[in-house]
Amino acid sequence: MCKPLHIAPLLMAATLLASCKREERTLRQPPPASETLNTIQISGLNPGANSIPTPPSSNMYQESAYAVSEGQKLYEGYNCVGCHAHGGGGIGPALMDRDWIYGSEPGNIFATIMQGRPNGMPSFRNRIPEYQAWEIAAYVRSMAGLLPKGVSPNRTDHMNVKPAESSTSEQTPIGITGLPEQHK
Amino acid sequence: MNAELNFVSFRLVAQAMPVDPGHHHVLQPAAPQAGNIEWLYWVVFWILFAVFALMLAGFATATAKARVISSRPLPIIEDEEGDHRARWALGSALSITVITLFVILVLSVVTGKRVEGLSSKNPVTIQITGHQWWWEVTYPNSQADQTITTANEIHVPLNTPVVVLTNSADVIHSFWAPSITGKRDLVPGYSSAFWFQVAKAGIYHGQCAEFCGLQHAHMGLSVIAETADKFQEWQQRQIKLAAEPSTSEAIRGRGVFLTHACLMCHTIRGTDAGSHLGPDLTHVASRKMIAAETLPNTAGALAGWIVDPQRIKPGTLMSPNPLAPDDLQALVVYLQSLQ
Repeated sequence: MCKPLHIAPLLMAATLLASCKREERTLRQPPPASETLNTIQISGLNPGANSIPTPPSSNMYQESAYAVSEGQKLYEGYNCVGCHAHGGGGIGPALMDRDWIYGSEPGNIFATIMQGRPNGMPSFRNRIPEYQAWEIAAYVRSMAGLLPKGVSPNRTDHMNVKPAESSTSEQTPIGITGLPEQHK
Repeated sequence: MNAELNFVSFRLVAQAMPVDPGHHHVLQPAAPQAGNIEWLYWVVFWILFAVFALMLAGFATATAKARVISSRPLPIIEDEEGDHRARWALGSALSITVITLFVILVLSVVTGKRVEGLSSKNPVTIQITGHQWWWEVTYPNSQADQTITTANEIHVPLNTPVVVLTNSADVIHSFWAPSITGKRDLVPGYSSAFWFQVAKAGIYHGQCAEFCGLQHAHMGLSVIAETADKFQEWQQRQIKLAAEPSTSEAIRGRGVFLTHACLMCHTIRGTDAGSHLGPDLTHVASRKMIAAETLPNTAGALAGWIVDPQRIKPGTLMSPNPLAPDDLQALVVYLQSLQ
C-alpha cells in the first residue's frame, strides 16, 4: 500500500536503529568476573550423557564493530601474529580455517588465551585483562567468518595478504563444539 | 624596519607580562624559527589593522556625507564625471587589495623559507613518533645501547641545531610547540623532518594540533631547553638501564610490574618488560608529567592512572588495572625509583 517514498524514512530509521549496537563503545569496562573460566568446557569427552553445560555462546564484545577492531589491534599489538600470522598460522595453528582444536565458541577461545594450551600457546592470565581477551576472541572468530559481516573489520593496517575479515565466507567449525571431527 | 619596531614593541609587552615557562605562546618565541613566525604575525596584523581603520574611515565619511531622505526617491542624475571618478576609485581600491594580498603572500613564502633555512652537519637528531595519545621520543644512535627512548619530554641543548624526524604509528598527528616553531604533521608511514634551534632556556609546552581521536586534547608534550652540560648529563642518565630496586617494597613492585598487564605494553630496559605499545618507562620518574602532560608525576596521580586510566582519559589504550592495594603501593614505589 505504502509508496516507496513513505517506506524510505522507515527503512532509514530501521537502519539507524540497527547500527546503534554496532557502534557502541564501552570505554570503562565492568570489573572482571573471575568465575567465567570455570564454566568453560575444553574437552568434548565427558562421562554419561551430555551433562556438562555447553559453553557460553555469546560474547558481548562481538556485537560491536568497535570492540572487534580493538581486538584486531590487540591481536597485532600482543604479537599473536608472531605464531598465528594474520590467521594463516605458522608456529601456531591457523585461525581462519574450520579446525578448532579447543573449540570455536567465544568462551573456548577466551579460555585458550587465558589458560594457555599444550605445545606452545602461553597462558595470558593476569597479563591480558579479561575484557581485552574477549575482544581478541571476538576478532579471532571474525577471521574464520564466524561473525556477522557488519561487525567484522573490513580493512587492515598491514599488507593485504588475505581478504578482509568482513569478506571471509563462514567456515563451518569442526571439533568439540562443532561438527564431529572427520577422521581421514 | 617596521619589523624591528614591532619586535621592540613586542619585547616591551613581554617584559611587562611575566612569562610562564611551561606555557606556549606564538608571541613569546624562544627560537629564531618561532621568531620568524611571530614577525609575520605582526606584519599581517598591522596591515590588516590599517585596512580595518581605512574601511571604518571610508564608511564614516560616506555616512556623514550622504543624507538620504527615504520618503523622497533619489533623482537619477546623468553625471559622467562622477561615473569616471567612481570607476577610478573602484579600480585603485581593487589594485591596492590585490597588491596587499600579493605582498602578504610573498612575505609568508619568505618566512617559510627562513623557518626552513636552518641546517647543520652535526645536529642533535630526534625521532618523534605520534601515538594515540602520546609522543614517542627517540634519540637514535648507530650503537643500539646508546639510543635513548623516552616519551612526551624532549630535551634539547641550547643554541644547537636540532633535526626532528617525524612519523606516526596510527593516525595523523601534528607537532606544535608554538614558542619553538610552526606546526608539523606526523603522517603514518611517511618520514619527514624539520629543524629548530632554541635560543632561550626553559620549558616549552607543545600540543597535538591535528584531531586524532578521543584524547586529542590531552596529547601534550614539553620541550626542555637546557645548557649543553645539563643536556649531556641528562643523556648519560637516560642511556643507563633501569635502576635496580633497593628496598623490599620496590623489589615487590618490580614483581608486580612483571606479572601483570604492565609488561604487555611497556618497556623497562634491564628487565623482561620489552613491549613497545606504550611509553618506555625505564626512567619514568625523571619525567615531570605522566599520561602525555595530563597529570603531574606524583605517587597519587600514578596510582590513580594505573588503577583507572579510563576515568582520566576515556578511550586511552591503557587498560584499567584493579590491583590489590599493597601491590599497587609497591608498584608506585618501584616506578618512582626509576630515576
